[in-house]
Order: sequence, then C-alpha cells, then structure tokens
Amino acid sequence: MRNIGEAWPWLSTGANWSGESGVWHRLAQHLTVSGLAFGLACLIALPLALYLGHLGKGGALAVNISNVGRAIPTFAVLALLMLTPLRSQGDVPTVIALVLFAVPPLLTNAYTGMREVDRSVVEAARGMGMSGGQLFLRVELPLAYPLIMTGLRSAAVQVIATATLAAMTGGGGLGRIITAGFNTYNTPQVVAGALLVAALALVVEGLLVAADRLLDPRRKTA
Amino acid sequence: MSSANCLVTNDWICGEYLRSRQQELIDATVQHVWITTISVAIGLVIAFPLALLARRGRGFAGPVLGLTTTLYTVPSLAMFSLLLPLFGLSAGLVITGLVLYSLTILVRNILAGLEAVPEDAKEAARGMGYGPVRLLWEVELPLALPVLLAGVRIATVSTVALTTVGSIVGKGGLGNLIGDGVDTLFKAQVLTASVLCVLLAVVADLLLLGVQRLLTPWTRIRTPRAASAEAATAVKAG
Repeated sequence: MRNIGEAWPWLSTGANWSGESGVWHRLAQHLTVSGLAFGLACLIALPLALYLGHLGKGGALAVNISNVGRAIPTFAVLALLMLTPLRSQGDVPTVIALVLFAVPPLLTNAYTGMREVDRSVVEAARGMGMSGGQLFLRVELPLAYPLIMTGLRSAAVQVIATATLAAMTGGGGLGRIITAGFNTYNTPQVVAGALLVAALALVVEGLLVAADRLLDPRRKTA
Repeated sequence: MSSANCLVTNDWICGEYLRSRQQELIDATVQHVWITTISVAIGLVIAFPLALLARRGRGFAGPVLGLTTTLYTVPSLAMFSLLLPLFGLSAGLVITGLVLYSLTILVRNILAGLEAVPEDAKEAARGMGYGPVRLLWEVELPLALPVLLAGVRIATVSTVALTTVGSIVGKGGLGNLIGDGVDTLFKAQVLTASVLCVLLAVVADLLLLGVQRLLTPWTRIRTPRAASAEAATAVKAG
C-alpha cells in the first residue's frame, strides 16, 4: 500500500523518535495521561457500580448513563475545558475529559455484570445465612468477574484511543504527531503517527485479552 | 451590559453570537446531519450482508466480527488520518471512517436480532412453504427489528459525536466550529456548537425511537434482551 510505504521513511528516521516531540516522549505522555484517567475513572465508577449492583438499586441510572455519555463528544468536552482556567494546568483538562468519557461505560458494564449474576444462586447463598458482605465477596463478585473484566478492558482500550484527541486541542500524547503532520502538510508523518496510534490501541487490546485469558480461572469451563 | 458586548467580553452564552453567526451555525449543522445520515445509511447497507454472512457459521462469524471489532479499536483520529492518502481532505474520508465504525455496532446487533428469532416461528414459516428469502424478509427481519433498530440508534448517536473529529480535515460539521473556537479562544462558539451537537444526537435518538415504535407496534415495552444488548456495547469517543 502506498500510504504505508510513505510512512516508512518517517518511522525509520531515528531523529523522529527522540526529543520533546519525538515518538518516545509522546508515547510516555500518552500512557501517563491514559493510565491516570483510567485509574481515576475506575476509582469513581467501580465502587459505585458494585454497590448499586449489590443493592439492586439505581439500575435505570446505571444503564442509561452510558447512553448519555455516548451522545457527548469528547472533542467538545476537551475544547470546553481548554477554554477554562484549567488550560494552563498541563494535562489536567485531558485527564478530566477522559475520566468523564470512561466513567459511564465502566459504570454500566460493572452494574450489568452484577445484575446478571443468577438470582437463584444469590437467593441460595442468602438462604445459607450469608451476610450482605459475604454474599458480595464470595458469590456476586466472582460470578460477575468476567463481565466486569470485559468492561474494564474495552474502557481501557477506548481511553488510550481517545487520548489521541487531546492533540486536537493542543494537549500532548501520540496524537500530536498526527496533528503536527497536518499543520505542516506532511502526509507521511500523518500516516506514520496514525499507524503508531492504531498499533498502540491494538497491542494494548491484545495484551489485555491475553491477560484476561490467563487470569480468569473459570474461562476453561465456559 | 448590552447583548452585542458579549462577543467582545467573550462570554460563554451570547445571544449576539447566535444572531450574527446564524448562517454559519446552520451550515455546520446541515453538514453534520448529512455526514451522519449518509454514514449510518451506508453502514446499514454494508452491515446487513456481513451479518447474513456471519450467520452462515463460525467459519464466517469469527473473521467478520473480528475484523469489525479491530476496526473499532483504531482511534478515530488515526482512522481519518490513515484514509488521508486515499481520499484527500474530503467528506468522503470522514464518511468512510464513520461507516467503518458503525459496522461494529450494526453487524453485532443485526446478528443478535436474527439469532433471537424463535425457532418455532421459523419452523412454522418453513412448514407453510416459505423459501429462505421469503423467510428472511417476512419472518426473521420483522422479528429482528427491535434489536436491529436499537443498534441503529446506538450507531447514530455515536456517529453524531464522532463526526466532530472530522474537523481535522475540515469536514466535521459542528466539530469545525468547535475546532476553530478552541484555536481562537471563542467561548460562545465552542459552547454553542457543543450543545447543538448533543441536541442533534438526542433528536436523532428520539426520531429513531419513534420509527422503532411505528415499525414494531407489538413491542410497546423494550425487551430485556434489547436492553442488555444495548448495555453491553462499547462506546467510541468523538
């Protein structure tokens, strides 16, 4: 393919990988921002979703919030944040936008996972005299684990993918290689940056799928 | 403070902006609507045969679902950029990218809808002498509609949001205004375009919900199956 051919000389030039706007630095920025945002989103969404799922309350909210989230363009959130005083706070606008993006699907998936645990198993456990805490830790959480992990995985990959958009409003990360290429009409650089970003997302997805397979004790029987 | 001054003081909400840039806002909204509509329409046309192919067996389902899921993983900015050498700075580039994203959701939901058709209904139709084509059009497709249309709604709402990223090539509808607004620190423009974008998604969703109600009068209440299919779908950021 011609476009991939164009990108190759750019990718194989050592100078493009080093320095402030080099690939390694942008990759480090990208992973730092994504990791921070994903961690914060998990801290916010998971306890809430698991608690609501355990109680069986707030279902409409937990399920509908991801529909609302889908309608809000992250690009618009980033743009709005960049016009507030947070603009001068480095990566803070990007992290906030990514947290807002990641919380709804995390919440919905974890809640759905909790609610799809077989009710008769929950009833049986309760009949055996388990307390709420025991029920949560020994029955609901282990049974909901696969769905919760699937939700975490897709959210992690989408956070990394979405962190690319930060470049469109002047933030850091690998997206900057693409936007810098657009600004200088350097198509090989645009394509090279796009390949790097796409490769990062696909590699992370692959690693997480592999980790999931290795860590899930019940996958063999499924 | 007079209303014209809000442009000078760069307020978030500015009536004068709405008045003086009315045409610009309408043009951007129109571009946004047609890019979204064409993308979802083409997506449906391509997704349908793909779903039928995937249904023929595991040998087809694996590659079809694998490919569409992989496409979904590619970040939007990267997707549009990779298409740049093929399309140049054109709306075709944005539409192609959006079509590829919509396939993930549409193929999955069409497949889920078709697979949810009760075997009894199909048996009865076959017993009445329906061939495979008539079975598909007159029995399976109508029964698959609720789940299928749920997919169309999700695909449309996320496509409205994703279209904004098209501003990287100047074809992002309201996204163009957001992009320009950030560059020039124009608060009213960014806020207005963002709000319009969300409104557009909500209106599109409600319209499709109306279509769904009209086409499937037998499902006044959303089935748990459709609801959970919806809940399990991932999001893509725009």
